[in-house]
Amino acid sequence: MSTAKAANVEEPIETVASEEENPIEGHREIGDTELKAIIESLIFVADEPISAKVIADVVDLDRPAVEAAIRDLVKEYESRPGGLQMREIAGGWQIATRAEHHEHIRAYLKSKPSAKLSLASLETLAVIAYRQPVTVPEILEIRGVQSPSAIKTLLDKRLIIAKGRKETVGRPMMYGTSKEFLIQFGLKDLSELPSIEDFQDLAGGATD
Amino acid sequence: MEETTPAVEAESTTSASPDAPQTISVAGAQPEIASDREGDHLKITLGEFEGPLDLLLYLIRQDQVNIYDIPVARITDEYLRYLYLMQELDLTVAGDFLVMAAQLIDLKSRMLLPRDPTAAEEEVLDPRAELVNRLLEHEKFKAAAQMLWSRATVEQAVFTRAEIETDKNNPEVVVGLFDLLKVFQEILARHKEEVLMEIEREEVTMAQMIERLRNMVRSAGEVNLLEFFGRAQSRRELVVAFLSVLELVRMSEISLLQRETFGEITAKSVSPA
Repeated sequence: MSTAKAANVEEPIETVASEEENPIEGHREIGDTELKAIIESLIFVADEPISAKVIADVVDLDRPAVEAAIRDLVKEYESRPGGLQMREIAGGWQIATRAEHHEHIRAYLKSKPSAKLSLASLETLAVIAYRQPVTVPEILEIRGVQSPSAIKTLLDKRLIIAKGRKETVGRPMMYGTSKEFLIQFGLKDLSELPSIEDFQDLAGGATD
Repeated sequence: MEETTPAVEAESTTSASPDAPQTISVAGAQPEIASDREGDHLKITLGEFEGPLDLLLYLIRQDQVNIYDIPVARITDEYLRYLYLMQELDLTVAGDFLVMAAQLIDLKSRMLLPRDPTAAEEEVLDPRAELVNRLLEHEKFKAAAQMLWSRATVEQAVFTRAEIETDKNNPEVVVGLFDLLKVFQEILARHKEEVLMEIEREEVTMAQMIERLRNMVRSAGEVNLLEFFGRAQSRRELVVAFLSVLELVRMSEISLLQRETFGEITAKSVSPA
């Protein structure tokens, strides 16, 4: 199903590819249009967000050229009111559907939104995301409550990973967020998280 | 942050607004005491308090008091009331709630004490400052959790293509007829070996095995256990060899050493001290 959809999307780009201007015979040189098409297909095929570096290695070109082509591609996607988006996630690029069409996609896939994380898990995850690497006692200090099951859930879902031990009494394990966390929360990298201080007004401002 | 939802309504999810299941009250669900429509029982829902800080925040917000100027005595009383209620309903009031209760009572008594007039101005810290900071910090992270929740909700509405079949995720394709034959041959070979071993079963007694190990340790000073076990000709002999190691350790004739985690184990004779 998704393959069929993707084929539709690639059509207009293929027509663009037909007006190639510099198909230099002899040298196997990749033209801009072709490069874009190749990159698009690589991003489509990759299971995980694929980085510009990996793409550059595959097409055997230097990274700036690949990055420029990716930027062009993103612009094309943005200008076309299509069903797919090309976005940067967890340090790589990904082709995905647009959120607004989720109802129809779910109707076709017969899928329901998967089980959400519990409040306890989300809070624990928030503390880990903003304070990483962070130990269990430090999480307890902020949350005011033990979170062993939340930490286990987050580890099971591979949203957090152990980041070594802290050189302090008891050498507690430190935790940080994983690449899976970036993927599941649609983040380019951790710097894309809004600053925790921005929540101050939201929090403290309620009664002042 | 405060929704003043009538307690009765929140209990029956059907009458809730259509997008109610979409929202989570990160600010701490309200505890509810509502009379059951069918009976005389009081139905009490304590809400999702994720610990003492949550409950405290809820109480502060409910009373609309300034978080920087908490009326400690009043809030402490309300906090304890909830705690009793919780204990009555549910015996497993987490220790964290009790710790907070103790801290609140401590705070309350410190607030009652007159300030030390001789103390320097900077030293006269509001005893509530630490708690306020913790509450504010906690509330920030609750807001962050809310943000993560909405991000995850949007992300769940975004789909990527289904998995493409490759050799990696579908290992069956790699196996051909010859691979299968090879495996079968290996199994046959293993089977043959087993039969062979059973025929030439050789009885080694425990005493002989202990003697063998003793001699090896004595002559070499140190014996790699892998090597020692490797000499065993049959399963039975292996078991006897293993038991003899245990026996010599028990009699403190030898000691076992492992120089690194998962490293090889060597037996060393214990020199009579």
